[in-house]
Amino acid sequence: MTNIVRNNGALSALLGSKTSLHTNRRWALFASYACLIVFVIFFLCPPFYMLVTSLKTNAEIANLATNPWLIEQGITTEHYTHLLTETAFLTYFKNTVIVATFVVAITMVISVLAAYALSRLSFWGSGVIATGVFLVYLVPDSLLFIPLFKIVGGLGLLNSYWVLVLVYPTLTVPFCTWIMIGYFASIPKELDEAALIDGANHMQMLLKVFIPVALPGLIAATIFAFTVSWASFLYPLAFIYSDNQMVLTVGTVTTLIKGDVFHWGGLMAGALLAAAPPVILYAFLMDYYISGLTSGATKG
Amino acid sequence: MADVSLTKLHKSFDRTEAVCGIDLEIADNEFVVLVGPSGCGKSTTLRMIAGLEEITKGDIRIGGELVNDVPPKDRDIAMVFQNYALYPHMTVFQNMSFGLRLRKYPKKEIQRRVEDAAEVLGISELLQRRPKQLSGGQRQRVAMGRAIVRNPRVFLFDEPLSNLDAKLRQQMRIEIKRVHQHLNTTTVYVTHDQVEAMTLADRVVVMNNGLIEQVGTPGELYHQPRTHFVAGFIGSPAMNFLDCKLERNSGNLEVKLGDMLTLQVPADRGSRYEPYVGRGLVFGIRPEHVHEKRAGEDAFAEVMVNFIEPLGMETMVYFTINGVELCGRVSPEADPRPGQTISLTIDIGKMHLIESETNLVL
Repeated sequence: MTNIVRNNGALSALLGSKTSLHTNRRWALFASYACLIVFVIFFLCPPFYMLVTSLKTNAEIANLATNPWLIEQGITTEHYTHLLTETAFLTYFKNTVIVATFVVAITMVISVLAAYALSRLSFWGSGVIATGVFLVYLVPDSLLFIPLFKIVGGLGLLNSYWVLVLVYPTLTVPFCTWIMIGYFASIPKELDEAALIDGANHMQMLLKVFIPVALPGLIAATIFAFTVSWASFLYPLAFIYSDNQMVLTVGTVTTLIKGDVFHWGGLMAGALLAAAPPVILYAFLMDYYISGLTSGATKG
Repeated sequence: MADVSLTKLHKSFDRTEAVCGIDLEIADNEFVVLVGPSGCGKSTTLRMIAGLEEITKGDIRIGGELVNDVPPKDRDIAMVFQNYALYPHMTVFQNMSFGLRLRKYPKKEIQRRVEDAAEVLGISELLQRRPKQLSGGQRQRVAMGRAIVRNPRVFLFDEPLSNLDAKLRQQMRIEIKRVHQHLNTTTVYVTHDQVEAMTLADRVVVMNNGLIEQVGTPGELYHQPRTHFVAGFIGSPAMNFLDCKLERNSGNLEVKLGDMLTLQVPADRGSRYEPYVGRGLVFGIRPEHVHEKRAGEDAFAEVMVNFIEPLGMETMVYFTINGVELCGRVSPEADPRPGQTISLTIDIGKMHLIESETNLVL
């Protein structure tokens, strides 16, 4: 009898600790979701505001008495129609796609080769160069655009979107190289030694082993390069002034802000359309992107 | 198939010498195991044979051809790594065929070789899986398969079983032995596990501090160690060592272990030990040659048992003599208990004497 009582006591103690664990877990989840909901609402406000404003008539936008978060006087697509048919928006879009594609391609080729060399072909000064690459990235572009203006002016490239293809890699290559160095460094050394014995040369090792294994890192770097070349504002503002060479960021603003008149509907429609490609890219590649950025934290 | 020859092989990392001028001849089809403690230079030697590490001085020949400056891919060798080094993005088939594809073998030949190797290793049903879907043992088989398909002149194994649990390690040891008997390829195998070394090798190379201490068959290393280090390294539990003196007493040689214990040297060793009378020596005896006194035997010593290790078919007893803890092996029937005093005897014919100055076994 005593034994039974004692056993029951032990059982209830066990159950008690289980219940307490469950309760803790539930509270932790509740707190996490609460924080996430606040976070999501906060960051979804701007795009929601853009969407709502872009679908309002000019009259409703100008009427300060209406609720800015709701469409009260009917939906209109006039801003989108105006943007796509009466402005050079499509030209900006095309130019931006060209610039982003070239910048991403150039960045990835240089970064992958540089990162492979710096992480695997140990040579004199490779450690210093690797650190130097990252330090270069820390120099803000607001300091660089004046000397760069002189340089590209000297090269006769001012007022052409090709200047951006030349200049953006100065921002993207250092950071992407740094990401790739970290990712390549997490690949065990035995893997390249195995490939070396299997008969691979350095280029085959890079193409057939390193790039496939480091794909998440590669995608993270690609997204970064794409985002920089898609969203940069300062360089196109400084280097380009013709409509037919302009890119989305500066083009949309200069077209839809005339003096002190802001075409809010058009601006919001333009911003929304311009933001769509990066959002779509992120949505598809988010898992790889996160895995790429956190590789150093979890791999030995 | 090829022989491997190392001549005055040196390797230095900055100012640290990892391998200090070793000479070794490995015959065609031979299975040689390099064994030694961490940092003894065994892996560095293997990596130099593979071409993964540059040679500081000396020569390496494979099949008579000097390969000092030949890149790994042209040495016709295959290597199995400790952590498998499988390509994680490739299937087992792609992993095993990678080397053949790089060498542009015909597809049918690749298919045949991979399937043959997979059958030998019992991994035919795993060919379409990726490494992360395999257990440790299966991964090691794939790593071996990748080496086998190339049909190289020399196999190199760098501690391939270290990541496996004890049972799997034993299974894989048998597997490696079986594969070697099947293929008869010259094999150099590195391990720090002396059981692996003794069970797998035709010849074992014991290394210490970048030097070869002894090369011999497992039996030679066990029964006739040449140095103090080899005597202590080979065998588990390790050989017992006690400082001693060799003295002459009415025409016979005696080993004096402190003030209390004296052992008569077997007559056949008299002439060998004669020059060392009066010199500082170390007496060595393996635990299996120290056992409980049986009827008709003289007791070596009455000792108090410190603790025991019952292993089922035998029990290891630990006791202290002259302040040194020693180990003996008794039958489980003797049923020794800690604190109990027991009478032990030794097989004096199995003793070793080591010169303290040179560390050489006499």
